[in-house]
Amino acid sequence: MTAPLLRVENLTKHFPIHGGMLRRVTGAVRAVDGVSFDIGAGETLALVGESGCGKTTTGRTILRLVEPTAGSITFDGTDIRALRGESLRRMRRRMQIVFQDPYGSLNPRMTVGAAIREGLIVHRIAEGAEADARVARLLDEVGLRAEVASRYPHEFSGGQRQRIGIARALAVEPAFIVCDEPVSALDVSVQAQVVNLLRDLQRQRGLSYLFIAHDLAVVAHMADRLAVMYLGRIVELAPRRALFASPLMPYTQALLSAVPVPDPGAKRGRLLLQGEPPSPANPPSGCVFHPRCPHPAKDAACSRIVPPLEEKAPGHWVACIKQPPTTVSDAVQRDAGATRSPERYLPLFSHHNHPAP
Amino acid sequence: MTSTSLDSHASTSQPGAPLLSVESLGVSFPSAGGTSRAVDGVSFTIASGETVCLVGESGCGKSMTALSLLRLVPPPGRIDVGSRIEFGGQSLLSLADEPLRSIRGRRMAMIFQEPMTALNPVLTVGDQVAEVVRVHTKATRAAAWERAVTMLGGVGIADPAARAKQYPHELSGGMRQRVMIAMALVLEPELVIADEPTTALDVTIQAQILELLRELRDRTGMALLLITHDLGVVAEMASRVIVMYAGRVVEEAPVQSLFSRATHPYTEGLLAAIPRLGSEQERLRTIVGSVPPATALPSGCKFRDRCPYAFDRCAVEEPALLQIGPAHRARCHLVEEPERRVSSPDRSA
Amino acid sequence: MTALHRGAASRRTLRASMLLVALLAFVAIAAPVIAPYSPIKELGLTTMNSQPPSLAHPFGTDMSSRDVLSRVIYGAQISLAVAAASVALSLLLGTTYGALSAMAGGTIDRVMMRLLDVFLALPRLLVLLAITALWRDLPWPALALVIGGTGWYDVARLVRGEVQALLGRDFVLAAKAGGVGSARLLGRHLLPHLLPVLAVSATLGVAHTITLEASLGFLGLGVQPPTASWGNVLHSGIGVVDTMWWLTAFPVLAIVLTVISCNALGDALRDVFAPEQVPA
Repeated sequence: MTAPLLRVENLTKHFPIHGGMLRRVTGAVRAVDGVSFDIGAGETLALVGESGCGKTTTGRTILRLVEPTAGSITFDGTDIRALRGESLRRMRRRMQIVFQDPYGSLNPRMTVGAAIREGLIVHRIAEGAEADARVARLLDEVGLRAEVASRYPHEFSGGQRQRIGIARALAVEPAFIVCDEPVSALDVSVQAQVVNLLRDLQRQRGLSYLFIAHDLAVVAHMADRLAVMYLGRIVELAPRRALFASPLMPYTQALLSAVPVPDPGAKRGRLLLQGEPPSPANPPSGCVFHPRCPHPAKDAACSRIVPPLEEKAPGHWVACIKQPPTTVSDAVQRDAGATRSPERYLPLFSHHNHPAP
Repeated sequence: MTSTSLDSHASTSQPGAPLLSVESLGVSFPSAGGTSRAVDGVSFTIASGETVCLVGESGCGKSMTALSLLRLVPPPGRIDVGSRIEFGGQSLLSLADEPLRSIRGRRMAMIFQEPMTALNPVLTVGDQVAEVVRVHTKATRAAAWERAVTMLGGVGIADPAARAKQYPHELSGGMRQRVMIAMALVLEPELVIADEPTTALDVTIQAQILELLRELRDRTGMALLLITHDLGVVAEMASRVIVMYAGRVVEEAPVQSLFSRATHPYTEGLLAAIPRLGSEQERLRTIVGSVPPATALPSGCKFRDRCPYAFDRCAVEEPALLQIGPAHRARCHLVEEPERRVSSPDRSA
Repeated sequence: MTALHRGAASRRTLRASMLLVALLAFVAIAAPVIAPYSPIKELGLTTMNSQPPSLAHPFGTDMSSRDVLSRVIYGAQISLAVAAASVALSLLLGTTYGALSAMAGGTIDRVMMRLLDVFLALPRLLVLLAITALWRDLPWPALALVIGGTGWYDVARLVRGEVQALLGRDFVLAAKAGGVGSARLLGRHLLPHLLPVLAVSATLGVAHTITLEASLGFLGLGVQPPTASWGNVLHSGIGVVDTMWWLTAFPVLAIVLTVISCNALGDALRDVFAPEQVPA
């Protein structure tokens, strides 16, 4: 079994909260709380979840755009956290990022060509005419005309700016790209174009993606595997088909059922969650989802035991002590105050499912 | 019904006077090269208790259309002469300020997209809901506050008496949207215009809000004009759909017909481009090109540069809204010349 | 007023003030060519002194029989040279200090800002008066150095604020992700954003410095006669405002005109740069 290109183990990022006159640290926002996953070469892992779940912070921490508080990040055998100075800069060639906001991620005072060329110059890949030629090829590759290199970002539409951002990331020839909600701010038809572009580039260049999104439907077109995050933790990690066919974590079930289906005749079985997600500064004890969880076997143990991410089916990892099979034994659960046994809970035949062809 | 051109008079809804009737609505903005029309010749009706969705992508004019109904078009934009908007039989455009204000908020209300900017950050949410009551009725402060608290409870906010004393920044996005809904519905208006009310919200919160809107709609019998770009939301909420492109209506139909028998190539393209959960990682079908700027629209049909079926007539003559079936119309020459529905290779994506 | 109208009005102001400032700069640079007489030459101590304005001497002559028009023209050289040099120095010091503070962040930033507060607490005017009083006939570059060296604090604050705001934006993160180091980040990515702010600061600083220099000269400090400066021409007119009004009136006119033009230019630049242009 080949080693994965990227391995993240127990990644943690806590943002300190300062309070009072002397700005003492009074608490922490636990944005990312012990996240682990692997990504193989040429693979797309989607990181999905709603706002505040920590997916964007995870992406940025992997690239050390935000420094992690704890955990390890290994890229192609190298310990990313140990890098400094020049070696850190060299790593940046291989791991790139595309941002969500097409309007903020390009410097309004730099021409588009200069923005793309920046990476070539900083990493001494090319300069002068050679660099210009590369910029032209990149623009062409993302579907823009080479002449636009001398224009400024405000002259382009959102979709075009996103393409420019992609060209910028590709300029340094990375092996891995964090796509941080790259299509969330785009219209449907433009979204489709950019998603197709990302897929094509992946195939042509053998790229790996960490695809961060809140839109599960988009993710269905991109991802090989999905990781669902809630309040800083991964609650389910599975291959695409398995996740959509049998989402075992109640949060994933609610998430899937909440996505509106563009079909007026579809069955509308819906799992509506009550209330709002709690603040990551004050996460619930035990399972972070337990206050809103609709699982029929939910009991006191859920508020005391932090569920481990367990492999409940081949390649299908779930963090729920009430969804069998589980390594958290009945005895342990009873000690923590459990009154009910784990039982299989798959409430809705996911109304997005079509029988496999 | 045979294909007839029924451009100026919208008569596709039930008999009897519709609650809202919009005819040939146009909104223009002065621009560097003259005037550009954000909305051009839009006509539709809404009957009492009906839910109509106005769908389109950014820049299609749907928000501007909604703002026109309440005469809230921001200057230097102007509603064109020749537009007609009738609400409950009364012409809104010729109304004086005073009677217009008595309609706004009371009989016709609006829910905006961004609750953070649409709510006043220095007033408590209770005050803002109560203000709607006090402006339109002779209620006392105490009575208006009571009504506000009740309404906040009615939109699903737990512990409304305490929440009413909080400021917008203390609430989450979903709750702020509920406050906006409370403000819009507290006087039980006949028509509610919701401009992308869930776009800024997480999908699970969106589900809650849509459920809330459905409940309130069923309870009060209000008509709902829902503006969105999300065809999934349309499928869930609408009884009738109006699709806009480049400031014009390009297709309107009952919701079932729209999804099963979309006729206008833009609608087809949109439906094909939507990512769907049940997919098997297929490539998405796209619409070639991008929306032309309002200052540089093509001649004839405005969609022809991106249309896989465009033929010579499309460049010369802009199609009228032609009837396809009962209550189903599309602005496309293909309605009259269906044999021309042959895609050219460079336009299919 | 629609956005369109406001744009046109501020563009008119911009053009007018730029023209005026250019004119003044031209006068200063071309002084040797356009001044009718040498500014220091005494044209006749007994016959030509203290003459009121006439065709031959439109601004009159002073008590040492020097032509006032020429002195005012040459005075422009001094005033504008001191202003330009000191503002350049202030901008350089202020930008460096503010940018470094913002980019360092954390404790260093806090310490640097507190240090800046200490500098601001020293009354600038007193420092200048002290230095110019102790060093009587200081050459104008030294004066520029002193004025510039005490005038950079506001620029530092301004630049620090701007850079801090910019550092939070996605394109900075994108540059960092691309491997761009701090020096290049500041010079290549951030500086173009600072230019508008610095341009406004510069024009207003020039206006302020001219007044400052003139005030010092008026008090008998700074640049000394026979070298002509607006300040010391004013100084020569103290006490005789009723009889030799031209020694006060014309320098004041020159100062007022210059200051108004520079301030107007600064305001117009601010109007032009303030709304970020986003054409379709």
